[in-house]
Amino acid sequence: MSASGFTTAASAPTVSPERRHVPNPSLSGPAANLASGFFEWFGSLGIFSWKVLTAALTPPYEWKELIRQLDEIGSKSLPLVALAGAAIGVVLSMEARYSLSRFGAKSMFPATLVYSIIEVMGPIMTGLIVSGRVGAGIGAELASMKVTEQIDAIEASAINPYRFLAATRILACILVLPFLTLVADVCGLVTGWFAQTLVEPLTFHQFIENGFQGATFSAFLPPTFKTAVYGLIIGTIACFQGMRTLGGAAGVGRAATNSVVIASLFVILADVVLVKFILAVFH
Amino acid sequence: MITAYQPAIEQDLPATSAQSPVVAVENLRKAFGSQTVLNGISLKVNRGETLAVLGRSGTGKSVLLRIIIGLIQPDSGSVRVLGQEINGIKLDHMGEIRKKMGFLFQHAALYDSLTVGENVAFPLEHHCKEMTGAERSDRAKQLLAEVGMEGALDKMPSDISGGMQKRVGLARALAMKPEILLLDEPTAGLDPISSGEIDELILKLQRERQMASIVVTHDLHSARTIANHLALLDKGNVVTEGSFEDLQKSDIQFVKEFLKQA
Repeated sequence: MSASGFTTAASAPTVSPERRHVPNPSLSGPAANLASGFFEWFGSLGIFSWKVLTAALTPPYEWKELIRQLDEIGSKSLPLVALAGAAIGVVLSMEARYSLSRFGAKSMFPATLVYSIIEVMGPIMTGLIVSGRVGAGIGAELASMKVTEQIDAIEASAINPYRFLAATRILACILVLPFLTLVADVCGLVTGWFAQTLVEPLTFHQFIENGFQGATFSAFLPPTFKTAVYGLIIGTIACFQGMRTLGGAAGVGRAATNSVVIASLFVILADVVLVKFILAVFH
Repeated sequence: MITAYQPAIEQDLPATSAQSPVVAVENLRKAFGSQTVLNGISLKVNRGETLAVLGRSGTGKSVLLRIIIGLIQPDSGSVRVLGQEINGIKLDHMGEIRKKMGFLFQHAALYDSLTVGENVAFPLEHHCKEMTGAERSDRAKQLLAEVGMEGALDKMPSDISGGMQKRVGLARALAMKPEILLLDEPTAGLDPISSGEIDELILKLQRERQMASIVVTHDLHSARTIANHLALLDKGNVVTEGSFEDLQKSDIQFVKEFLKQA
């Protein structure tokens, strides 16, 4: 090192070629591979998202395909989401009654059930159900199209696959999630009330009146419409995983599994952020 | 009644004279990692001409076709299609050029969620907005009749054989009345009779439409039947090119061995 504290080319210590090529242990091995894979994945996701966004915002718009996807993703998820919502309503009703009885707060039952379903369980459960059903479906479908050259065939036909395949599916996910959440909420509230009336008679009118007492309608909008963000996550991850698939049947299987796992994880992580955001802004 | 149609967007492609090549590849290089697939190859195809690109598996034949239609970007070199350089071209302009090309994939690549008729009408639905649904359907029927598949209009791709899928893929490739037809292994995996039928079909279409075609194949018999110009690739380079008779007269050891084995 020079007297000034800076190393110059002339004064730099000489290093033998052998020593120069010794890899830094901290930058090699599984940890380095994991880190490079992590950054490569996020980088590719960023490029993919940009391509989808630019394709989605420029004509021609694929209205027909969007409507087909709304049916495929929305209508066909409806029975599953309704059934899951109904089951959650019964479970929450039984648990809430038991817990509130222990603390002598049975009168709080309707409000507890309404809040826990609409603010917490309805949105996250719908997000995870759709992530499982739709995430796997989109991931597997696009991966299968990729490995059988169908996506190349679309591109060769001068049709932008990011617009036709990805943008339509992502937009459909964003649009249908809030409506599916409303369905899950309604089913959960109805079955929750019904489970309660089997033990202790309570009219539905009383249940709703007590449950929504003191709450404004707008207070329930953010938890419901935050699921549009879940839709964005599910659609984007599933399309991305599907359209980057390599390999044959094994690649298709991996794409479907990864779509569900990554989308579900990101939905839960997004929920943490969104709950904090909603509490800070709307309460 | 089937009406004539024009693509929805008028192309602003440079005019190509009858003599100028419709596809010209110069010094094209492409590597995947450390593996060099194309090592500076140059080829030309004129209007009405059929070029067969021959070679062993893994010599970059399919990569060449994919570069020509813009599915893969080359590392360096020039690719001119209908007088337009496509290396580094904007996606919108590439789309206009792609409308002038038809591509038959090795495994047909039919959309498995659509019927045979919908597969053929798919490019028309996206690019010929002025056509009514009935006109598109009529056009699809006409194209399927041209390839001898008129009875399969409502069948799903999974319900027809590999040879039939190739025919449907060919009908789809012809939907936009292309000036250039790219065929990736059109007879691969087919029995000799089906292969012969596909070759006959390609010859008939060439006679009727006067397209420029590039056929990638390692089926020498098929290449001899449908092509009037052949290029033999090895290790990413063109070893020799010319008519089939020129190849037969070649003194190059690899050419002799290839012709003997094929």
